[in-house]
Amino acid sequence: MKFNSVFDIIGPVMVGPSSSHTAGAARIGKAARNLFGKEPKWARIYLYESFAKTYKGHGTDFALAGGLLGFETDDSKMKQALEIARERGLDIEFIEDNAGVDHPNTARLIIGNDTDQLELIGISIGGGKVEITELNGFELRLSGNHPAILIMHNDRFGAIASITKILAKHEINIGHMEVNRKDVGTEALMVIEVDQNVHDSVLKEMEDADHIEQIAKIVS
Amino acid sequence: MFRTVAELVEVAEKENILISEVMIRQEMEVKEKTREEVFSEMEKNLDVMEKAIEDSLKGVVSVTGLTGGDAVKVQEYMKENTPLSGNLMMDAVSKAMGTNEVNAAMGTICATPTAGSAGCVPGTLFAVKNQLNPSREQMVRYLFTSGAFGFVVANNAFISGAAGGCQAEVGSAGAMASAAIVEMAGGTPQQSADAFAMTLKNMLGLVCDPVAGLVEVPCVKRNAGGSSLAIVSADMALAGVTSTIPCDEVIGAMYRIGKQMPSSLRETGEGGLADTPTGRLLKQKLFGITSGS
Repeated sequence: MKFNSVFDIIGPVMVGPSSSHTAGAARIGKAARNLFGKEPKWARIYLYESFAKTYKGHGTDFALAGGLLGFETDDSKMKQALEIARERGLDIEFIEDNAGVDHPNTARLIIGNDTDQLELIGISIGGGKVEITELNGFELRLSGNHPAILIMHNDRFGAIASITKILAKHEINIGHMEVNRKDVGTEALMVIEVDQNVHDSVLKEMEDADHIEQIAKIVS
Repeated sequence: MFRTVAELVEVAEKENILISEVMIRQEMEVKEKTREEVFSEMEKNLDVMEKAIEDSLKGVVSVTGLTGGDAVKVQEYMKENTPLSGNLMMDAVSKAMGTNEVNAAMGTICATPTAGSAGCVPGTLFAVKNQLNPSREQMVRYLFTSGAFGFVVANNAFISGAAGGCQAEVGSAGAMASAAIVEMAGGTPQQSADAFAMTLKNMLGLVCDPVAGLVEVPCVKRNAGGSSLAIVSADMALAGVTSTIPCDEVIGAMYRIGKQMPSSLRETGEGGLADTPTGRLLKQKLFGITSGS
Protein backbone atom coordinates (compact mmCIF):
# COMPACT_ATOMS: atom_id res chain seq x y z
CA MET A 1 0.00 0.00 0.00
CA LYS A 2 1.22 3.47 -0.86
CA PHE A 3 0.15 4.98 2.45
CA ASN A 4 0.90 3.03 5.62
CA SER A 5 0.57 5.59 8.40
CA VAL A 6 -2.34 7.66 9.67
CA PHE A 7 0.06 10.60 9.73
CA ASP A 8 0.30 10.43 5.95
CA ILE A 9 -3.38 11.36 6.02
CA ILE A 10 -3.60 13.65 9.08
CA GLY A 11 -0.42 15.61 8.43
CA PRO A 12 2.13 16.80 7.70
CA VAL A 13 2.16 20.05 9.62
CA MET A 14 3.31 22.43 6.93
CA VAL A 15 3.52 25.95 5.66
CA GLY A 16 0.71 26.43 3.11
CA PRO A 17 -0.67 26.56 0.55
CA SER A 18 -0.46 23.17 -1.19
CA SER A 19 0.53 19.81 0.27
CA SER A 20 1.38 18.44 -3.17
CA HIS A 21 3.06 21.57 -4.50
CA THR A 22 4.62 22.99 -1.35
CA ALA A 23 5.15 20.25 1.28
CA GLY A 24 5.74 17.53 -1.33
CA ALA A 25 8.15 19.75 -3.24
CA ALA A 26 10.08 20.52 -0.06
CA ARG A 27 10.41 16.79 0.62
CA ILE A 28 11.67 16.10 -2.92
CA GLY A 29 14.27 18.86 -2.48
CA LYS A 30 15.29 17.44 0.89
CA ALA A 31 15.60 13.92 -0.52
CA ALA A 32 17.91 15.25 -3.24
CA ARG A 33 20.03 17.07 -0.65
CA ASN A 34 20.23 13.97 1.54
CA LEU A 35 21.25 11.78 -1.37
CA PHE A 36 23.86 14.30 -2.46
CA GLY A 37 25.11 14.21 1.11
CA LYS A 38 25.85 17.91 1.35
CA GLU A 39 24.48 21.27 0.32
CA PRO A 40 24.71 21.66 -3.46
CA LYS A 41 26.18 24.79 -5.05
CA TRP A 42 23.82 24.80 -7.98
CA ALA A 43 20.54 23.22 -9.02
CA ARG A 44 18.71 23.00 -12.32
CA ILE A 45 15.10 22.06 -11.65
CA TYR A 46 12.77 20.94 -14.42
CA LEU A 47 9.05 21.16 -13.64
CA TYR A 48 6.34 19.24 -15.47
CA GLU A 49 2.55 19.49 -15.92
CA SER A 50 0.80 20.81 -12.79
CA PHE A 51 4.15 21.65 -11.18
CA ALA A 52 5.14 23.63 -14.28
CA LYS A 53 1.82 25.43 -14.60
CA THR A 54 1.23 26.53 -11.01
CA TYR A 55 4.56 26.55 -9.24
CA LYS A 56 4.87 30.29 -8.77
CA GLY A 57 1.55 30.74 -6.98
CA HIS A 58 1.97 27.60 -4.91
CA GLY A 59 5.46 28.38 -3.73
CA THR A 60 6.76 25.17 -5.30
CA ASP A 61 9.90 27.10 -6.18
CA PHE A 62 10.69 28.24 -2.64
CA ALA A 63 9.67 24.85 -1.27
CA LEU A 64 12.10 23.00 -3.55
CA ALA A 65 14.77 25.51 -2.55
CA GLY A 66 13.87 25.02 1.13
CA GLY A 67 14.23 21.28 0.75
CA LEU A 68 17.63 21.68 -0.88
CA LEU A 69 18.62 23.84 2.10
CA GLY A 70 17.49 21.04 4.42
CA PHE A 71 14.29 22.67 5.76
CA GLU A 72 11.41 20.58 7.12
CA THR A 73 7.88 21.16 5.71
CA ASP A 74 6.86 23.34 8.68
CA ASP A 75 10.02 25.46 8.80
CA SER A 76 9.04 29.08 9.25
CA LYS A 77 11.98 30.12 7.04
CA MET A 78 10.43 28.24 4.09
CA LYS A 79 8.91 31.34 2.49
CA GLN A 80 12.34 33.03 2.39
CA ALA A 81 14.09 29.93 1.02
CA LEU A 82 14.91 31.47 -2.37
CA GLU A 83 16.58 34.48 -0.73
CA ILE A 84 18.36 32.28 1.82
CA ALA A 85 19.62 30.07 -1.03
CA ARG A 86 21.03 33.14 -2.77
CA GLU A 87 22.72 34.29 0.43
CA ARG A 88 24.26 30.85 0.92
CA GLY A 89 25.57 30.82 -2.66
CA LEU A 90 23.18 28.14 -3.94
CA ASP A 91 22.29 29.05 -7.51
CA ILE A 92 18.89 27.63 -8.58
CA GLU A 93 17.35 27.71 -12.03
CA PHE A 94 13.74 26.65 -12.70
CA ILE A 95 12.76 25.35 -16.12
CA GLU A 96 9.15 24.74 -17.19
CA ASP A 97 9.25 21.60 -19.33
CA ASN A 98 6.30 20.40 -21.40
CA ALA A 99 7.54 16.84 -21.96
CA GLY A 100 5.06 14.07 -21.14
CA VAL A 101 5.40 12.49 -17.69
CA ASP A 102 3.56 9.70 -15.85
CA HIS A 103 2.51 11.86 -12.88
CA PRO A 104 1.14 15.44 -13.01
CA ASN A 105 3.35 16.62 -10.15
CA THR A 106 6.81 15.74 -11.38
CA ALA A 107 10.14 17.49 -10.83
CA ARG A 108 13.56 16.58 -12.19
CA LEU A 109 16.42 17.96 -10.15
CA ILE A 110 20.00 18.10 -11.30
CA ILE A 111 22.14 19.35 -8.44
CA GLY A 112 25.84 19.55 -7.91
CA ASN A 113 28.98 21.37 -6.84
CA ASP A 114 32.40 21.78 -8.48
CA THR A 115 33.12 18.05 -8.50
CA ASP A 116 29.94 16.00 -8.06
CA GLN A 117 26.52 15.90 -9.65
CA LEU A 118 23.27 14.08 -8.94
CA GLU A 119 20.09 13.73 -10.97
CA LEU A 120 16.79 12.76 -9.41
CA ILE A 121 13.16 12.61 -10.46
CA GLY A 122 10.57 13.03 -7.74
CA ILE A 123 6.78 12.91 -7.83
CA SER A 124 4.40 14.37 -5.29
CA ILE A 125 1.58 11.85 -4.92
CA GLY A 126 -0.75 13.78 -2.59
CA GLY A 127 -1.02 14.98 0.97
CA GLY A 128 2.68 15.81 1.08
CA LYS A 129 3.81 12.27 0.33
CA VAL A 130 6.46 11.85 -2.35
CA GLU A 131 8.25 9.16 -4.28
CA ILE A 132 11.65 9.25 -5.87
CA THR A 133 11.20 7.48 -9.21
CA GLU A 134 14.61 7.89 -10.78
CA LEU A 135 18.15 8.43 -9.52
CA ASN A 136 21.08 9.01 -11.86
CA GLY A 137 19.17 7.28 -14.65
CA PHE A 138 18.11 4.31 -12.52
CA GLU A 139 14.40 3.73 -12.15
CA LEU A 140 13.25 3.16 -8.58
CA ARG A 141 10.33 3.63 -6.24
CA LEU A 142 11.47 5.21 -3.05
CA SER A 143 9.28 7.08 -0.60
CA GLY A 144 11.15 9.97 0.95
CA ASN A 145 9.51 9.14 4.27
CA HIS A 146 11.52 6.13 5.44
CA PRO A 147 15.19 5.90 6.20
CA ALA A 148 16.96 4.33 3.24
CA ILE A 149 20.40 3.38 2.01
CA LEU A 150 21.36 3.79 -1.64
CA ILE A 151 24.35 1.81 -2.80
CA MET A 152 26.06 2.16 -6.16
CA HIS A 153 27.90 -1.07 -6.82
CA ASN A 154 29.26 -3.32 -9.52
CA ASP A 155 26.93 -6.01 -10.79
CA ARG A 156 28.95 -8.97 -9.43
CA PHE A 157 28.32 -12.15 -7.42
CA GLY A 158 28.09 -11.51 -3.72
CA ALA A 159 27.70 -7.73 -3.79
CA ILE A 160 24.14 -7.88 -2.43
CA ALA A 161 24.92 -10.63 0.08
CA SER A 162 27.85 -8.68 1.51
CA ILE A 163 25.51 -5.73 2.24
CA THR A 164 22.59 -7.72 3.66
CA LYS A 165 25.01 -9.66 5.86
CA ILE A 166 26.18 -6.40 7.45
CA LEU A 167 22.58 -5.26 8.00
CA ALA A 168 21.69 -8.60 9.59
CA LYS A 169 24.70 -8.39 11.90
CA HIS A 170 23.53 -4.97 13.15
CA GLU A 171 19.93 -6.20 13.45
CA ILE A 172 18.65 -3.67 10.92
CA ASN A 173 15.39 -4.79 9.34
CA ILE A 174 14.83 -4.29 5.59
CA GLY A 175 11.37 -2.91 4.77
CA HIS A 176 11.77 -2.71 1.00
CA MET A 177 14.61 -3.46 -1.36
CA GLU A 178 15.26 -2.99 -5.06
CA VAL A 179 18.22 -3.74 -7.27
CA ASN A 180 18.68 -2.11 -10.65
CA ARG A 181 21.47 -2.39 -13.17
CA LYS A 182 22.15 -0.66 -16.45
CA ASP A 183 23.47 -3.88 -18.02
CA VAL A 184 24.84 -7.27 -16.93
CA GLY A 185 28.13 -6.85 -15.13
CA THR A 186 28.06 -3.04 -15.14
CA GLU A 187 27.08 -0.29 -12.75
CA ALA A 188 24.14 -1.16 -10.47
CA LEU A 189 22.07 0.49 -7.74
CA MET A 190 20.73 -1.15 -4.60
CA VAL A 191 18.00 0.69 -2.73
CA ILE A 192 17.17 -0.53 0.76
CA GLU A 193 14.43 1.01 2.89
CA VAL A 194 14.98 0.23 6.54
CA ASP A 195 12.97 0.69 9.72
CA GLN A 196 15.45 2.81 11.60
CA ASN A 197 18.14 5.35 10.74
CA VAL A 198 21.44 3.68 9.96
CA HIS A 199 24.52 4.82 11.84
CA ASP A 200 27.46 6.16 9.83
CA SER A 201 29.73 3.43 11.22
CA VAL A 202 27.50 0.83 9.57
CA LEU A 203 27.71 2.74 6.28
CA LYS A 204 31.50 2.81 6.59
CA GLU A 205 31.50 -0.95 7.04
CA MET A 206 29.42 -1.31 3.88
CA GLU A 207 31.71 0.98 1.90
CA ASP A 208 34.55 -1.43 2.58
CA ALA A 209 32.56 -4.46 1.36
CA ASP A 210 33.29 -6.11 -2.01
CA HIS A 211 32.22 -4.38 -5.25
CA ILE A 212 30.76 -1.35 -3.48
CA GLU A 213 31.36 1.99 -5.15
CA GLN A 214 29.38 4.65 -3.32
CA ILE A 215 26.85 4.85 -0.52
CA ALA A 216 24.32 7.50 0.44
CA LYS A 217 21.58 7.47 3.03
CA ILE A 218 18.23 9.13 3.55
CA VAL A 219 17.39 9.82 7.16
CA SER A 220 13.79 10.09 8.27
CA MET B 1 -3.95 -4.07 8.25
CA PHE B 2 -7.34 -2.92 6.94
CA ARG B 3 -7.61 -2.12 3.27
CA THR B 4 -11.32 -1.33 2.93
CA VAL B 5 -13.99 0.43 4.97
CA ALA B 6 -15.83 -2.91 5.22
CA GLU B 7 -12.75 -4.43 6.89
CA LEU B 8 -12.36 -1.40 9.16
CA VAL B 9 -15.98 -1.62 10.33
CA GLU B 10 -15.73 -5.39 10.72
CA VAL B 11 -12.70 -5.15 13.02
CA ALA B 12 -14.37 -2.43 15.12
CA GLU B 13 -17.60 -4.43 15.45
CA LYS B 14 -15.94 -7.78 16.11
CA GLU B 15 -13.67 -6.41 18.82
CA ASN B 16 -16.30 -3.98 20.04
CA ILE B 17 -13.98 -0.97 19.77
CA LEU B 18 -14.19 2.45 18.15
CA ILE B 19 -12.90 3.12 14.61
CA SER B 20 -10.36 5.49 16.17
CA GLU B 21 -9.09 2.62 18.33
CA VAL B 22 -8.60 0.39 15.27
CA MET B 23 -6.51 3.16 13.70
CA ILE B 24 -4.48 3.76 16.86
CA ARG B 25 -3.69 0.04 17.25
CA GLN B 26 -2.69 -0.30 13.59
CA GLU B 27 -0.41 2.75 13.80
CA MET B 28 1.26 1.33 16.95
CA GLU B 29 1.85 -1.96 15.17
CA VAL B 30 3.08 -0.59 11.83
CA LYS B 31 5.38 2.04 13.35
CA GLU B 32 6.35 -0.01 16.38
CA LYS B 33 5.42 2.86 18.65
CA THR B 34 3.73 3.07 22.02
CA ARG B 35 0.17 4.29 22.45
CA GLU B 36 1.51 7.42 24.14
CA GLU B 37 3.84 8.22 21.23
CA VAL B 38 1.14 7.79 18.60
CA PHE B 39 -1.37 9.73 20.67
CA SER B 40 0.91 12.67 21.41
CA GLU B 41 1.96 12.93 17.76
CA MET B 42 -1.70 13.32 16.83
CA GLU B 43 -2.30 15.76 19.66
CA LYS B 44 0.40 18.00 18.16
CA ASN B 45 -1.59 18.04 14.91
CA LEU B 46 -4.67 19.03 16.91
CA ASP B 47 -2.70 21.92 18.45
CA VAL B 48 -1.70 23.15 14.98
CA MET B 49 -5.33 23.01 13.83
CA GLU B 50 -6.52 24.93 16.88
CA LYS B 51 -3.86 27.60 16.38
CA ALA B 52 -4.71 27.99 12.68
CA ILE B 53 -8.38 28.56 13.55
CA GLU B 54 -7.45 31.11 16.22
CA ASP B 55 -5.23 32.92 13.73
CA SER B 56 -7.94 32.92 11.09
CA LEU B 57 -10.46 34.50 13.44
CA LYS B 58 -8.10 37.43 13.93
CA GLY B 59 -8.34 37.89 10.16
CA VAL B 60 -5.81 36.90 7.52
CA VAL B 61 -5.27 37.90 3.90
CA SER B 62 -3.50 35.79 1.29
CA VAL B 63 -0.40 36.99 -0.53
CA THR B 64 -2.43 37.64 -3.69
CA GLY B 65 -5.28 39.29 -1.81
CA LEU B 66 -7.74 36.91 -3.46
CA THR B 67 -8.88 35.34 -0.18
CA GLY B 68 -9.09 36.09 3.52
CA GLY B 69 -11.45 37.66 6.02
CA ASP B 70 -14.50 35.52 5.24
CA ALA B 71 -14.17 33.43 8.42
CA VAL B 72 -14.42 36.65 10.44
CA LYS B 73 -17.41 37.86 8.41
CA VAL B 74 -19.34 34.69 9.20
CA GLN B 75 -18.53 34.93 12.94
CA GLU B 76 -19.81 38.53 12.99
CA TYR B 77 -22.94 37.52 11.10
CA MET B 78 -23.55 34.79 13.70
CA LYS B 79 -23.34 37.32 16.52
CA GLU B 80 -25.79 39.76 14.99
CA ASN B 81 -28.22 37.37 13.31
CA THR B 82 -29.78 33.95 13.60
CA PRO B 83 -28.19 31.96 10.76
CA LEU B 84 -30.78 30.13 8.69
CA SER B 85 -28.70 26.96 8.73
CA GLY B 86 -28.00 27.22 12.44
CA ASN B 87 -25.09 28.37 14.56
CA LEU B 88 -23.22 25.06 14.61
CA MET B 89 -23.33 24.82 10.84
CA MET B 90 -22.11 28.36 10.29
CA ASP B 91 -19.44 27.98 12.95
CA ALA B 92 -18.09 24.95 11.07
CA VAL B 93 -18.23 26.87 7.80
CA SER B 94 -16.37 29.80 9.35
CA LYS B 95 -13.67 27.63 10.91
CA ALA B 96 -13.22 25.49 7.80
CA MET B 97 -12.86 28.57 5.61
CA GLY B 98 -10.62 30.16 8.23
CA THR B 99 -8.22 27.22 8.20
CA ASN B 100 -7.98 27.43 4.45
CA GLU B 101 -7.55 31.17 4.53
CA VAL B 102 -4.54 30.61 6.77
CA ASN B 103 -3.30 28.01 4.30
CA ALA B 104 -3.71 30.37 1.34
CA ALA B 105 -1.85 33.00 3.34
CA MET B 106 1.04 30.52 3.63
CA GLY B 107 0.49 30.10 7.35
CA THR B 108 1.07 26.86 9.24
CA ILE B 109 -1.64 24.21 8.92
CA CYS B 110 -2.01 20.46 9.19
CA ALA B 111 -2.81 18.78 5.87
CA THR B 112 -6.05 16.75 6.35
CA PRO B 113 -5.70 14.94 4.00
CA THR B 114 -4.19 17.71 1.89
CA ALA B 115 -3.49 21.40 2.40
CA GLY B 116 -6.19 22.51 -0.04
CA SER B 117 -8.75 20.51 1.92
CA ALA B 118 -7.30 21.21 5.36
CA GLY B 119 -10.43 23.04 6.60
CA CYS B 120 -13.14 20.36 6.75
CA VAL B 121 -11.84 18.14 9.57
CA PRO B 122 -10.77 20.88 12.02
CA GLY B 123 -13.64 23.19 11.01
CA THR B 124 -16.27 20.61 11.92
CA LEU B 125 -14.35 19.42 14.98
CA PHE B 126 -14.14 22.84 16.60
CA ALA B 127 -17.79 23.54 15.75
CA VAL B 128 -19.32 20.30 17.08
CA LYS B 129 -17.06 20.61 20.12
CA ASN B 130 -19.32 23.38 21.45
CA GLN B 131 -22.34 21.08 21.39
CA LEU B 132 -20.85 17.67 22.23
CA ASN B 133 -18.32 18.88 24.84
CA PRO B 134 -15.73 16.20 24.06
CA SER B 135 -12.70 15.49 26.22
CA ARG B 136 -9.28 16.27 24.77
CA GLU B 137 -8.87 12.54 24.16
CA GLN B 138 -12.10 12.40 22.18
CA MET B 139 -10.89 15.34 20.08
CA VAL B 140 -7.68 13.51 19.26
CA ARG B 141 -9.73 10.38 18.49
CA TYR B 142 -11.75 12.48 16.01
CA LEU B 143 -8.55 12.85 14.02
CA PHE B 144 -7.76 9.12 14.17
CA THR B 145 -11.26 8.28 12.93
CA SER B 146 -10.93 10.80 10.09
CA GLY B 147 -7.52 9.35 9.34
CA ALA B 148 -8.77 5.77 9.23
CA PHE B 149 -11.24 6.60 6.48
CA GLY B 150 -8.75 8.80 4.64
CA PHE B 151 -6.27 5.94 4.80
CA VAL B 152 -8.68 3.71 2.86
CA VAL B 153 -9.34 6.41 0.24
CA ALA B 154 -5.63 7.17 -0.22
CA ASN B 155 -4.78 3.50 -0.73
CA ASN B 156 -7.72 2.63 -2.98
CA ALA B 157 -8.30 5.88 -4.87
CA PHE B 158 -6.61 9.26 -4.40
CA ILE B 159 -6.63 12.26 -2.12
CA SER B 160 -5.13 14.94 -4.36
CA GLY B 161 -6.88 17.27 -6.77
CA ALA B 162 -4.16 16.78 -9.35
CA ALA B 163 -4.82 13.04 -9.41
CA GLY B 164 -8.59 12.86 -8.97
CA GLY B 165 -10.20 16.30 -8.92
CA CYS B 166 -11.57 18.10 -5.88
CA GLN B 167 -13.88 15.14 -5.15
CA ALA B 168 -10.68 13.37 -4.05
CA GLU B 169 -9.62 16.32 -1.93
CA VAL B 170 -12.49 18.23 -0.31
CA GLY B 171 -14.73 15.23 -1.06
CA SER B 172 -12.51 12.95 1.00
CA ALA B 173 -11.96 15.59 3.69
CA GLY B 174 -15.67 16.27 4.18
CA ALA B 175 -16.45 12.55 4.18
CA MET B 176 -13.68 11.88 6.72
CA ALA B 177 -15.16 14.60 8.94
CA SER B 178 -18.63 13.02 8.63
CA ALA B 179 -17.39 9.69 9.90
CA ALA B 180 -15.60 11.34 12.83
CA ILE B 181 -18.62 13.44 13.84
CA VAL B 182 -20.72 10.27 14.00
CA GLU B 183 -18.23 8.55 16.31
CA MET B 184 -17.98 11.61 18.57
CA ALA B 185 -21.76 11.84 18.73
CA GLY B 186 -21.97 8.21 19.85
CA GLY B 187 -22.94 6.56 16.56
CA THR B 188 -21.84 3.09 15.48
CA PRO B 189 -18.88 2.28 13.19
CA GLN B 190 -21.37 1.37 10.44
CA GLN B 191 -23.09 4.74 10.87
CA SER B 192 -19.68 6.40 10.43
CA ALA B 193 -19.27 4.46 7.18
CA ASP B 194 -22.75 5.49 6.00
CA ALA B 195 -22.08 9.14 6.79
CA PHE B 196 -18.78 8.95 4.93
CA ALA B 197 -20.47 7.39 1.90
CA MET B 198 -23.26 9.97 1.84
CA THR B 199 -20.88 12.93 1.93
CA LEU B 200 -18.61 11.50 -0.74
CA LYS B 201 -21.61 10.65 -2.94
CA ASN B 202 -22.58 14.30 -2.90
CA MET B 203 -19.07 15.32 -3.89
CA LEU B 204 -18.68 12.93 -6.83
CA GLY B 205 -17.57 14.64 -9.99
CA LEU B 206 -16.26 17.71 -8.20
CA VAL B 207 -13.56 19.20 -10.42
CA CYS B 208 -10.32 20.81 -9.31
CA ASP B 209 -10.19 24.15 -11.13
CA PRO B 210 -8.09 26.56 -9.10
CA VAL B 211 -8.21 30.10 -10.45
CA ALA B 212 -4.72 31.16 -11.56
CA GLY B 213 -3.65 27.70 -10.39
CA LEU B 214 -3.76 28.78 -6.75
CA VAL B 215 -5.24 27.00 -3.73
CA GLU B 216 -7.58 29.93 -3.01
CA VAL B 217 -10.53 30.28 -5.36
CA PRO B 218 -12.64 28.16 -5.20
CA CYS B 219 -10.85 26.06 -2.56
CA VAL B 220 -11.62 28.17 0.53
CA LYS B 221 -15.38 28.09 -0.10
CA ARG B 222 -15.35 24.45 -1.11
CA ASN B 223 -14.04 23.67 2.37
CA ALA B 224 -17.16 25.44 3.63
CA GLY B 225 -19.26 23.19 1.40
CA GLY B 226 -17.44 20.04 2.46
CA SER B 227 -17.89 20.86 6.16
CA SER B 228 -21.57 21.63 5.93
CA LEU B 229 -22.21 18.44 3.96
CA ALA B 230 -20.21 16.54 6.59
CA ILE B 231 -22.58 17.70 9.32
CA VAL B 232 -25.72 17.01 7.27
CA SER B 233 -24.56 13.47 6.38
CA ALA B 234 -23.54 12.76 9.98
CA ASP B 235 -27.02 13.78 11.14
CA MET B 236 -28.61 11.64 8.44
CA ALA B 237 -26.56 8.60 9.47
CA LEU B 238 -27.35 9.17 13.16
CA ALA B 239 -31.02 9.33 12.17
CA GLY B 240 -30.68 5.87 10.70
CA VAL B 241 -30.40 6.82 7.02
CA THR B 242 -28.07 4.39 5.26
CA SER B 243 -26.14 4.58 2.02
CA THR B 244 -27.64 2.33 -0.64
CA ILE B 245 -24.28 2.04 -2.35
CA PRO B 246 -21.75 0.64 0.17
CA CYS B 247 -18.95 2.97 1.23
CA ASP B 248 -16.15 1.09 -0.58
CA GLU B 249 -18.14 1.10 -3.81
CA VAL B 250 -18.60 4.88 -3.53
CA ILE B 251 -14.82 5.20 -3.13
CA GLY B 252 -14.41 2.99 -6.22
CA ALA B 253 -16.82 5.19 -8.17
CA MET B 254 -14.89 8.29 -7.07
CA TYR B 255 -11.68 6.69 -8.32
CA ARG B 256 -13.10 5.84 -11.73
CA ILE B 257 -14.67 9.30 -12.15
CA GLY B 258 -11.32 10.90 -11.31
CA LYS B 259 -9.60 8.74 -13.90
CA GLN B 260 -12.14 9.85 -16.50
CA MET B 261 -11.62 13.56 -15.79
CA PRO B 262 -9.55 15.43 -18.34
CA SER B 263 -6.35 16.95 -16.98
CA SER B 264 -7.79 20.45 -17.53
CA LEU B 265 -10.15 19.71 -14.60
CA ARG B 266 -7.44 18.30 -12.33
CA GLU B 267 -5.55 21.16 -10.74
CA THR B 268 -3.94 22.50 -13.89
CA GLY B 269 -5.87 25.74 -13.51
CA GLU B 270 -6.93 25.46 -17.16
CA GLY B 271 -10.59 24.48 -16.97
CA GLY B 272 -13.78 25.09 -14.99
CA LEU B 273 -13.82 28.25 -12.86
CA ALA B 274 -10.22 28.98 -13.84
CA ASP B 275 -11.39 29.24 -17.44
CA THR B 276 -14.10 31.86 -16.85
CA PRO B 277 -13.65 35.48 -17.96
CA THR B 278 -13.00 36.52 -14.36
CA GLY B 279 -10.75 33.54 -13.72
CA ARG B 280 -8.65 34.34 -16.77
CA LEU B 281 -8.55 38.03 -15.87
CA LEU B 282 -7.32 37.26 -12.34
CA LYS B 283 -4.61 35.01 -13.70
CA GLN B 284 -3.47 37.74 -16.06
CA LYS B 285 -3.53 40.31 -13.28
CA LEU B 286 -1.51 38.11 -10.92
CA PHE B 287 0.96 36.58 -13.32
CA GLY B 288 0.74 38.70 -16.45
CA ILE B 289 -0.04 35.69 -18.61
CA THR B 290 -3.21 34.55 -20.35
CA SER B 291 -4.86 31.25 -19.48
CA GLY B 292 -3.60 28.22 -21.36
CA SER B 293 -6.94 27.10 -22.77
